[in-house]
Amino acid sequence: MSYQLENTQRGEKYNSIFSKVSPAKRRNRTARAHWRSRILLGLYLALMILPIYWLINMSLQTNSEILGSMTLWPQNLTFDNYIGIFTNSSWYMGYVNSMLYVAMNMLITICVALPAAYAFSRYTFIGDKHLFFWLLTNLMAPPAVFLLPYFQLYYSVGLFDTHIAVALAHCLFNIPLAIWILEGFMSSVPKEIDETAYIDGYSFPRFFVKIFIPMIRSGIGVTLFFLFMFSWVELLLARTLTATDAQPIGMIMTRTSTASGIDWGTLAAAGVLTIIPGILVVYFVRNHIAKGFALGRT
Amino acid sequence: MSWMVWTVPTAIFFSSIAAMLAGMTIWEILSPTIERKGFLPIATTRGDRLFIGLLSAAFIHLGVIGFTSLSIWIALAVSAVWLLVLMRWG
Amino acid sequence: MNNKVPNNRAWLLVLPMLLLVAFSAIIPLMTVVNYSVQDVLGPNASFFTGTEWFKSMLNDDALQAAFLRQISFSLIILAIQIPLGIGIALIMPKRGWQASAVLILITLPLLIPWNVVGSIWQIFTRGDIGLMGWGLRELGVEYNITRNAGDAWVTIILMDVWHWTPLVAMLCYSGLRSIPEAYYQAARIDRASKWAVFRYIQLPKLTNVLVIAVLLRFMHSFMIYAEPFVLTGGGPGSATTFLSQSLTTMAVGQQDLGPSAAFSLIYFLVILLVSWVFYTTIMNMQKDKSPHGGA
Repeated sequence: MSYQLENTQRGEKYNSIFSKVSPAKRRNRTARAHWRSRILLGLYLALMILPIYWLINMSLQTNSEILGSMTLWPQNLTFDNYIGIFTNSSWYMGYVNSMLYVAMNMLITICVALPAAYAFSRYTFIGDKHLFFWLLTNLMAPPAVFLLPYFQLYYSVGLFDTHIAVALAHCLFNIPLAIWILEGFMSSVPKEIDETAYIDGYSFPRFFVKIFIPMIRSGIGVTLFFLFMFSWVELLLARTLTATDAQPIGMIMTRTSTASGIDWGTLAAAGVLTIIPGILVVYFVRNHIAKGFALGRT
Repeated sequence: MSWMVWTVPTAIFFSSIAAMLAGMTIWEILSPTIERKGFLPIATTRGDRLFIGLLSAAFIHLGVIGFTSLSIWIALAVSAVWLLVLMRWG
Repeated sequence: MNNKVPNNRAWLLVLPMLLLVAFSAIIPLMTVVNYSVQDVLGPNASFFTGTEWFKSMLNDDALQAAFLRQISFSLIILAIQIPLGIGIALIMPKRGWQASAVLILITLPLLIPWNVVGSIWQIFTRGDIGLMGWGLRELGVEYNITRNAGDAWVTIILMDVWHWTPLVAMLCYSGLRSIPEAYYQAARIDRASKWAVFRYIQLPKLTNVLVIAVLLRFMHSFMIYAEPFVLTGGGPGSATTFLSQSLTTMAVGQQDLGPSAAFSLIYFLVILLVSWVFYTTIMNMQKDKSPHGGA
């Protein structure tokens, strides 16, 4: 940090020597550019938040207020919509189901992806490049293609309407993604570390768990974030593979439209609640994320 | 397994793909491939050329089935010739 | 890449992963191929039809229209999201609590389940209870996504830009962060213009992440399903019916297993071709750039 500061100061000095523009004027100009970019960013963020704000706004109103008049913020603040969700087991079980299969999927995926990514980053073997490409094609296969056979496959092995079925199905795109990200991180760890450990008498499993995994901690964090994200937001497969016992929250939300119209307040509250787990996850990995979004290879 | 509704042609199709993969693996063990540049714009290994050949064969078949009234066997013959050309000079 | 050790026992490390993915990928794929050459009427009643389904699918006007819509949609959103994402990444704060705060805020749309994204925008654009629909009506703009195809298109594109530009921005942001401070200082000493800094320092560093961004965005937009389904239901008419939706309607709604399987395979082959071209490009770029990195 101090090195950087020093460098910056030196840069300023060069500027003042070579630049025709006086340093004060230059600083003024950069300050103006700085403010301009801040305002643009603020504008973008405001526009981005607006639809979400509207959802929150609606979730705190009663249906009669939503339908009755246009209010930019709740006039009679009410938490009834949220209370309704938290006291009805068919509602909150949707969240439990979603979180269960997402957690299972993250666990399975990371356990099989870690050794596989290590193999890809350290060794060449027959068919390695084609295997890697085949994995990526699964990332790109539209789930709609697989819907029917999936239903029949899981039905025939007796896993239909269980959490593990959805967790396994989401492995289709999450394992390739995890290997892709982890491989990038592992390749940036020098190979000498492995060799030294083996010379020191570490066995492969012990080296992997004791030394290697702690070294790519931030990579694993970022990978888990992505696994969470793609498993949490996916609905097509989750919906096809469940009926009642493991139904995801996204599916239960469709229940708000009844014969007497749509229960807007509850729909909005349920929507807001689906955003919260994401915020928690992103908060925990916020410091690694900037690095990991480049998937380890910049 | 009955839900997979196997038919003879698709079974032959998948067996030949599996046989090709097995054959390529054995060939690779006996004499490892060297990346080289043929008439294709990129340097390729044997496996790459096989993949390119199979993918283009799929599109040749689609073209023949969808937009001409030629027999599918013509498409198959063209694809086989194309695959051989690709493996040898690609 | 060149310091990797040849070792075929590495297959043992890959095997568990391979079994899991193969279970989810290969068995269903084989089944789809089997369906595509038959007329499946029930569990034990199916007739061999040969290539008939492929022929009818390739010549189906509705599907060709959906395919063209799909391609235009993907190209439009790429043309908007990539420049916008780069722009946002350039103005994001570099360090401090502001950087974290902006980061968390910006990722928000990515973490919302896709059908909820559809619901959010459906509510937001309704003329009676949505802020945007209501606001436009108050301003005297004729706006109705259930009747006007143009409005529906604009809304879907707006929604996709809202939903996915953050991913492009994050990727570019992390690419920018990897540029050493010394480069910028050198540029300052040379009194390089902002444009020159962008063109000769920032953009070259971004190419790698941009290829990933284009690849991910293209693939995801090509299989977009839940958001337009909830927002417009593919309407008005079939103005916003994209490929995934036609496919799902055919397979689940009408139970036409044979044709929808044939259609799936054509769809999959197109995706396979495009991803192979992208993948080969990425790999060749990495090979040219650095001796190591990338499988």
